[in-house]
Formats: sequence, C-alpha cells, structure tokens
Amino acid sequence: MALRNMVDKVKPTFEKGGKLESLHSTFDAFETFLFVPDRVTRKGGTHVKDAVDLKRLLIIVVLAMVPALLFGIWNLGQQHSIVFGLDWGFWQKVWYGFVRIIPLYLVSYIVGLGIEFVSAQLKGHEVSEGYLVSGFIIPLIVPVDVPWWMLAIAVAFAVIIGKEVFGGTGMNIWNPALLARAFLFFSYPSKMSGDTVWVGGLNKALAGGTPWKGGEVVDALSGATPLSHASLDGLSAAGTTPWNLFLGDIPGAVGETSVIAILIGALILLATGVASWKIMCSSVLGALLVGWLGNIGGVSDIPCWEMLLMGGFAFGTVFMATDPVTSAQTECGKWIYGFLIGALCITVRLFNPGYPEGMMLAILLMNTFAPLIDHYVVNANVKRRLKRAKTV
Amino acid sequence: MSDQIRLKKGLDLPIAGAAFCEVTTRVKPDLVAVRPTDFRGMVPRLLVKEGDSVKAGSPLFADKKCPAMVFCSPVSGVVEAVVRGEKRKLLAVVVKADGKDEAVHFDVSKVSSLDKKGMTGLLLESGLWPCLKQRPYGTVADPEATPKAIFISAMNTAPLGADPEFALKADVDAIQAGVNALGKLTQGGVHLSLGARNFAGSEFHRLTGVVFHQFEGPHPAGNVGVQINHISPINKGEVVWTVDLHLVAVIGRFMQKGVLDMRRIIAVAGPAAVNPSYAEVPAGVSMKQLTKYFGEGDIRIISGDVLSGEAVGPDGFLGFYHNQVSVLKEGHYYEMLGWANPIRGKKFSFSRAYPAFLCCKKKYDMDTNENGGERPFLVNDVYGKVLPMDIYPVQLFKACLAGDLDKMEQLGMYEVIEEDVALCEYVCPSKIEIQNIIRDGINLMMKEL
Repeated sequence: MALRNMVDKVKPTFEKGGKLESLHSTFDAFETFLFVPDRVTRKGGTHVKDAVDLKRLLIIVVLAMVPALLFGIWNLGQQHSIVFGLDWGFWQKVWYGFVRIIPLYLVSYIVGLGIEFVSAQLKGHEVSEGYLVSGFIIPLIVPVDVPWWMLAIAVAFAVIIGKEVFGGTGMNIWNPALLARAFLFFSYPSKMSGDTVWVGGLNKALAGGTPWKGGEVVDALSGATPLSHASLDGLSAAGTTPWNLFLGDIPGAVGETSVIAILIGALILLATGVASWKIMCSSVLGALLVGWLGNIGGVSDIPCWEMLLMGGFAFGTVFMATDPVTSAQTECGKWIYGFLIGALCITVRLFNPGYPEGMMLAILLMNTFAPLIDHYVVNANVKRRLKRAKTV
Repeated sequence: MSDQIRLKKGLDLPIAGAAFCEVTTRVKPDLVAVRPTDFRGMVPRLLVKEGDSVKAGSPLFADKKCPAMVFCSPVSGVVEAVVRGEKRKLLAVVVKADGKDEAVHFDVSKVSSLDKKGMTGLLLESGLWPCLKQRPYGTVADPEATPKAIFISAMNTAPLGADPEFALKADVDAIQAGVNALGKLTQGGVHLSLGARNFAGSEFHRLTGVVFHQFEGPHPAGNVGVQINHISPINKGEVVWTVDLHLVAVIGRFMQKGVLDMRRIIAVAGPAAVNPSYAEVPAGVSMKQLTKYFGEGDIRIISGDVLSGEAVGPDGFLGFYHNQVSVLKEGHYYEMLGWANPIRGKKFSFSRAYPAFLCCKKKYDMDTNENGGERPFLVNDVYGKVLPMDIYPVQLFKACLAGDLDKMEQLGMYEVIEEDVALCEYVCPSKIEIQNIIRDGINLMMKEL
C-alpha cells in the first residue's frame, strides 16, 4: 500500500533520536488514526484481544450526535430567517447554519486537540481520543453567536483545568464539554443567557441598533427559548406546541433543540451498548417524578412529559450524563446518579425563574457526587464481604 | 444432591480451531523440563547438576523455604541442562529421557490407612505436592496450613480447552484414588464441580467421597476460583486448596501403583494449529515434539489457553499445570482505518460496537494483534459483564495499581488470581494489561502481609 509505505518512510523522523522526536505523540496519533497498529499482545497477558478499542467507541458517540448537528445546522438558518423576516429556501438555511457552525468546530478542535497533543507529548503518552467527543459536543451546546476568543478560552479552561490537571482522559471529575459551557456561563453571562443569544445574529443586530426586516415579528417571538416562558400560557403565547419542542424548530443551542434527532442518537448509543441505558432510563424517571410533583403541587402547569422535551434535558441525558468517566461507575450507582440528574434538572427549572436551564448544573453537580455514590455502593460490597467472614 | 449454580456473566470465546475428540499422537518422552517459574512463591534450591542420571520421581530441586517440598523429574534419563536467566535465576531443569522408564518406587500399600500427616509426607516426597494450589494467591499449597476445603473443577470452559469428559474418561478410577487421598488432607471435604451441559451423562458421577456442584454458564464458569466464590467464598484468614482434575488423576495413579506417572492427554488447538486434536504427552514435554500440529509462518505457541497461558515458543516446554497447547498466528500487520470499518467481519467483538454479535455461531481466526493502543480506564461497565463474582472489578484493579493493601483486601483480592480476570483483559477497550495488574497486586500482598 502506497500510503503505508509513505508512513513507514517518515516514521523514523519521529522516533526516539529522530529530528522531530518532539512531535512523536502527534505523529503516533495520526498514524494510529490511519492504521490500527501492528502491535501484538504482550507477555503475561491474554494472547488475543477484542476488536473494540476507544476509537471505535468514541466514533460511535460522535456518529450518534450527527443527527442533532445536522438538524441544528438547518435550524440555525430557520431561526435566523424567521427573526429577520428572510424568505430563505432550505439550502440557504443550511448554508447559513453551516457557515456559522464551522468556525466553532475549528476553534474547539484546534484549541482542544492542540492542548491534548502537547500534554501527551510532555507526559510521553499516546494521545487519547477522549477530546474527539468533548470537542464535538461543545459547539452543540453553546450559543452560536459566542465570540471565538471566548470559546477558545473556555475550551482551554475545560481541557487544562478540567482534565489535564487531574491526569488526562479517564481521570477527570467533570464532563469537559459541560465545564466549557459552565465557564462561559459564569464568566460571560451576557453572551450566554437572556432572551436574545440563541438566534444567530440577533444579539449583534440589537446591540448595533441595526434595523432589520420584520422587526415587529420579533416582539412576539423575541428569540427566547421556550424555557424562558415555561408555563402553558407562556408557551402558547409564543406559539410553541409540544410538537415544536419534539421536532426542535425553536430557538436554542445548536444541538439541544430537536428531541427527535437526539432520540435517533440515543437509539444508536443503546443499540451498540456504548452508553448506559440505566443512566438514561433513571434520568427520565427522575425528571418525570419531579415534573409530576411540581404539576400536582401547583408549581408549574406544564405536564411532566412536556418537561422532557424542553431545554437541554434530552441532550444532556443522552450524551453528557452518560459519559463513562464522569458518571457513577457502579451499576447500582448509575441508577441513583441518573435519577438525581433528572430530578435536580427539573427542580431547578421549577423553582429558579432566574435560571431556568437546570441540566448543565444538575449534571455537573452529580459528576461531583458520583464518586460519593460509588463509594457507598462499593462499601456495601465491602461490608457484605466482612459480614460473610464473621458468620462463618 | 448437588446444588445448581447458574452464571450469566462471561463469554465463551468463539475462536476457531477446536480440537477433535481423538488422540492423534502418543509422544514418547524425549526432552522434558520442570520449570520453577510455574510455581508462584517458591524459591528453588537445585539438587542435581548437568549430567546426573535421574529416574521418574527423583527430586530435581526443592523449595528453600520448605525443604521437604521437592519437584521431581517426570521421566527417567539424564539432566541435560540447567537453564538460568538474569541474576542466575533458575528457569528450568531439562531432562533428556533415556527410554528405560525407570522409576523411584514408593510404598503405597498402606495409603488407605494414612492420616493427614502421613499423606502430606507421601505427597511431598513423591513430588506430587505441587499439584495442590492454594487460594488466596494461587501459590503452591503450604503443607502446614489447614485448608477449609479442597476444590476441583471437572468443567473446562477455557477457549479451546481440553474436555475432561474426553481426555480423562479412562482415568475415572485413578481420579477416585486421587480424591480418596485428597480427602485425608481436609475436614471440609473435596468439592467437585460439573458442567450442567452434560451433568447427567458425566463419567465423574461414579466418584464417591466428593461433594458435587453443578455450574452452568459461559467461561469463566469452569474456573475453580469462580466456583469457589459461589460455593464458599474465601474470607480473610481462610485458605482453600485447588487441584486440576488431570493432576488428581496423576495423584490417583501414583496411589495405585507407587510410581510417578505424569503422562497426560492434552488438547493441541487454535486457529493456526494443523489437525487440532488431542495428544498424549509426558509432563513438561518439549514443543519440538509437537511440531506436526503447528502451522507455517509467524505463529505463537502457548502453553495453556489463549487467555491466561504462557507463550513458550517452539523451543519451550509444557507448563506443570497445563493440559493444553494453543497455536495462534502473530498479528504483525497494519489495518487501514480498521476501527472505522462498519462491518470488520473477520474480527470478533464482545461489545455491540461491531455487528459480530449478530452472527453468534461464527468462529473467528483470532490472532495476537492488540486491535488498538493502550489508554487509561475509560469504559467502566464492560468488565463486570465477564466476571461472574461478587466483586467490583474496576475498583479492585485501581486499588492494585495504587498498591492500596487495605482496599485490595476489602474488595476481594483473596478471591481472584490472574485467570479469573483474563476475560476482563480480553474485552478491555483500553487494552490495559489487567492480568499483570492483578499479578503485581498478588506479589505485593505476598510481600507485605
């Protein structure tokens, strides 16, 4: 194979003693991306190994997010054209979304992978593929108008403080993608919350006082996500039906609006067994329970099932709560962890009018407590073992 | 009546090249080796030198800590070589058979009236004591210890493993004699586990003086460690002994005849094996005498099974405890974008990330390629799916990595040895060497406790 010969030819340059030794990890990352390595099993271990590796598992997660991304790209153009009163066709909308999302991906991957490559080289490790997923999620959960330099800082924060200081992929406590979003949210709240950040170009137009076509339409729509008027009256006043919530043609972060696209992703993850069905299931149960309690308690008039369709709940449950590193590691712990995420998310929504989107904080909080949950689950096993010893 | 234990977790590896139920060779002893490295926790003291004549049953080396424990030559002949490694570590004593079949004779006329001490002495003297392994840690049993019970697995679920119902069907009487001898060593009884698949028709039902257990499920249900975990788990301070069934037969033959007869029927199998089938060989047989089973090209020859055996190479020898030789192709090749191939039909995966799980009857030509690079622990739920024990595997592995003795003890380190977690290593998407982690953990515990 010509490509293989080429790689073999340049390989010595990057090996120990070669001219570009300092780029060894980077070279290795690209080589193993192109070719499953020729390494064989070692002494003292199993002689055969399963075909699955992290690249395979993580590419499935990325694939599962593609429907949400594709829908989000179209929806960017859709929302923009509604607010600005533009009479765009399908491809125009897609092109608009595409042009807006690509820079975010470039920033996310260049900054994030850049840091990963450097730190892998410093530690003398191979580059871990973990950031492929985090980097894919980040543009899907931030406002499309976020300035690129802000995103770059947020990504750097998430990768360095959120991951590398703990020892890199597999050792982190918080989901890196959510950490980037939380960083943006707390550092630059004006770009992250409010009614106007979720439609591409709207904030800028408002700030600049630029007149735009169909300005009156905006009074009714105003670009706010349904969460900011989370009552049945509020929803119907904004003209949002549960069907809109399910389909996702509403303002919001790129990846989170379309429940149907997220469900396709969930099916892929569950069919391949990559994500834990226990976490997804228990998160939905927790959300339904609290939503139902809030409904009969008179806190909110929205039926509990509609809560599942709103905001970042679906995206968070399917793609972020199930992160194997930051979730609970024990099977029993997963039920508790997922349930609390769902319950907390809806609790925040019901009782905190100032900040209606509870999913980010619910997941980050439960990431923090996941080791504690595991500790008690594992301790039960330890106690069982000790008890067994005493009874004999 | 026996209790029936059904295990769901685990995996029967669909590897091609299973042995036909036919003994295709009876190997005459030529070169055999006894390797001190087969016995964990034993420090050898050499008793012979090159050129010495030995008989079957003559001691070759002894344990420094317990001088009565000797390791004997399985054949009569001349000591051909004393193989040493780094720091003069004794690796093997190689004996060249002379074909005279001379053996040391032991007095076995009164075995039925021996007590524990007498039986221990006889087994130690004859070099058969090392057949007994001890849990925790999988070391050679300590003759001074009082075991809770003795466990034997008459069920082999290891990939391509020798079927005891076939390989040992002629040895039921010998096994009975072996069981009788072992029964003198413990108050807790001799426990024998049978597979549920052929429970009713099993030859071993004829045995008396054993407690039967019935296990059903995929590998590692046949591992004695897993069975102990379900029958009577090992607690801190307890000791149990285990014996491989084919070694029970060896002990039994000795008790019947008074001479060491360590011939065994082994399975020679694997995707790179030619005419995979069974062979009758002396203990410690040289792989050079089995070459007719090995395929062409770059192959790996493993004493034991493909999950926890040892790669010994074409000049190596069969391990003391092994009754299987596996032959695999080496996996020195690059696979372009293999991880992205949606089908990748030639490779098996336990995960559902490949469609392999849809064709459940297919057998795979597995090789030794790692199928990926080593990464940190990331996926945490896969290990528990192949470890049918009440143990949290990831937590235990991490305790071993951290060298945290308290945690290791609390999380069940006494209950596992490498072979029990071998499947965890097989399925690990991060390609972590889990058996080595457990091995280091055991060595650390033996040193510190």
